[in-house]
Amino acid sequence: MSRLQPLFDRKRRGVLNVYCTAGFPRRDDTLPVLRALEGHGADIIELGMPYSDPLADGPVIQRSNATALANGMSIPLLFSQLEALRPSVGLPVILMGYLNPILQYGFERFCADAARVGIDGLILPDLPEYEYEHVYGPIIRAHGLDFSFLVTPETSEERVRRLDALSNGFLYAVSSSSTTGGDSDMGPVEGYLGRLRKFALRNPVLVGFGIRDRGGFLAACKHAEGAIIGSAYIRALEAGGDVDVATERFLQAILT
Amino acid sequence: MTKVYHRPDERGYFGRFGGAFIPEMLHRNVAELRERYLDITSDPGFRREFDALLREYVGRPTPLYLAERLSEVVGARIWLKREDLCHTGAHKINNTVGQVLLAQRLGRRRIIAETGAGQHGVATATVCALKGLECVVYMGEKDIARQAPNVARMRMLGAQVVPATSGSRTLKDATNEAIRDWINHPEDTHYIIGSVVGPHPYPDMVARFQSVISLEVRAQLLTATGSELPTHVVACVGGGSNAAGAFYHFLEEPSVRIVAVEAAGMGVESGQSAATTRLGKPGILHGSMSLLMQTEDGQVVEPHSISAGLDYPGIGPMHAHLFESGRGDFLSATDEEALAAAFELSRLEGIIPALETAHALAVLPRMGLKPSDQVVLCLSGRGDKDLATYMQAMESGMDTQKTDIP
Ligand SMILES: Cc1ncc(COP(=O)(O)O)c(C=O)c1O
Repeated sequence: MSRLQPLFDRKRRGVLNVYCTAGFPRRDDTLPVLRALEGHGADIIELGMPYSDPLADGPVIQRSNATALANGMSIPLLFSQLEALRPSVGLPVILMGYLNPILQYGFERFCADAARVGIDGLILPDLPEYEYEHVYGPIIRAHGLDFSFLVTPETSEERVRRLDALSNGFLYAVSSSSTTGGDSDMGPVEGYLGRLRKFALRNPVLVGFGIRDRGGFLAACKHAEGAIIGSAYIRALEAGGDVDVATERFLQAILT
Repeated sequence: MTKVYHRPDERGYFGRFGGAFIPEMLHRNVAELRERYLDITSDPGFRREFDALLREYVGRPTPLYLAERLSEVVGARIWLKREDLCHTGAHKINNTVGQVLLAQRLGRRRIIAETGAGQHGVATATVCALKGLECVVYMGEKDIARQAPNVARMRMLGAQVVPATSGSRTLKDATNEAIRDWINHPEDTHYIIGSVVGPHPYPDMVARFQSVISLEVRAQLLTATGSELPTHVVACVGGGSNAAGAFYHFLEEPSVRIVAVEAAGMGVESGQSAATTRLGKPGILHGSMSLLMQTEDGQVVEPHSISAGLDYPGIGPMHAHLFESGRGDFLSATDEEALAAAFELSRLEGIIPALETAHALAVLPRMGLKPSDQVVLCLSGRGDKDLATYMQAMESGMDTQKTDIP
């Protein structure tokens, strides 16, 4: 069973999901980063699998992807690192990635290995709804994994409802039309999130893209169950130094 | 059920290749295109304007020229479809005229494009200047260096040229940056993809705009020979737009051999190649499932070709299907063979071809042709942009006069 539902049963407000890239900043930092995030107050971890051509990502996450690949990161190596994920990390962990490396690994094998090491869900931004419904979704669900679709301010109400119905765990609301790491002015975003709220969706909503400080986090949490922070955390890790210390400093600034 | 090669099904699949693997941020724009491109482009007003621009501005129909001296050397009748005589020097403008007219009807004021050799960038900048639209062209840093004249042309035409500095700094990365720009500017921008790649409906839409090439060839061959059908059609494939256009109206004619030529770079096995059908496996790049050069881990491989327009790790889904179904023969030519073919055509026919096109020319002697064969070769572009490379070859002491010229 996924750890997401129990989390949202317990906590309906201010849920903090932090994105990191597997194999970044150094190859064997994957688990230390996850432990540090759990130790210093994150609620969910979105673990990115690096890809050579991350289309939906801005410069910061592109850079962390390139570094992780140069470090020798791959899906087989990731699963061998994640053998030790449970029980040393108790938080829900979601894998985020682009479809092509997963197809080469074998989609069914990927889902089986993810479930086996204790992964709770997937975010695959370039997996479209039609292919999800007809090909991949049944495999994902058969392995007990949740799946989150993205919605944007441009997504129609009808489509938001359909993607919500197909999602499990949470719905990922992209704060503005942008790649990751852009500058989000939270003003217009609040109108959009208010609209989503009125739809009374079946999934909790987490807001992502462009949130990088306490102000942005609080603004997102006013209208949604929580928020996702990615580029800002990658930048904190890029600054170097001890992963645990950098993570503690970063999360304290967001949470207090 | 009869097999159809030239068109995808309603979800954009040619066989098992195609589709639209895009993030949600692109959904609205791609869905709008998909829902409207057929209606808009079949509207009589659109057709009138498109046809008039192709005729009066681009200079169509382009000649179908019987290259007699080349024919003699090859030992078959070689007909060159002279896309190099299009305004701006390549077939690329057939597509940019179509897509700019489409963008105007979608109410878009800002145009973005990726470019490799710079021909698509120039063709886009040209039509944007003509229509008074803002134009931003993404181009790999490496290509900016090797295609300097086209960079200058784009700037003179009023376009902003933005270097793509990630990855291999070539066409793949320029395409990534253009897609990211579109994600960040969804309301006012139309993305003009320059080849038959990308999410559905792009591969079909671009092929339709380029299909004017084979439409003209049929009529011209009929006049010249009494038959609409050649025995072979040959074209180079980067993403595959000139090939798609040249093949289009022949794909459902089983007697016509379809020959696609990829860039082998320093050799297919050298690790420095762009021969996708030889080196690729099914995979997803730039929004469609096709054949893709990639590592075992599914990371996209950085290709190599001397020709910037063929330096791409994928091919359009139509071509992946032609390859897998066996409808097309896929050959390849190395950097060196392409250079030699470019010099040969220059000296035999007084036509300096683009380096991309030179790859198609290079395979003619290897096709096992008979004297009675009627071969149409898509001369996709002219070589002005490649003069620096050609001059280097001459200075390096390359034997540029290998052929015994009759
Ligand atoms: C003259 C010429 N031919 C061919 C190509 C390759 O593109 P495609 O395969 O889409 O025709 C290019 C691309 O820049 C080109 O400039």
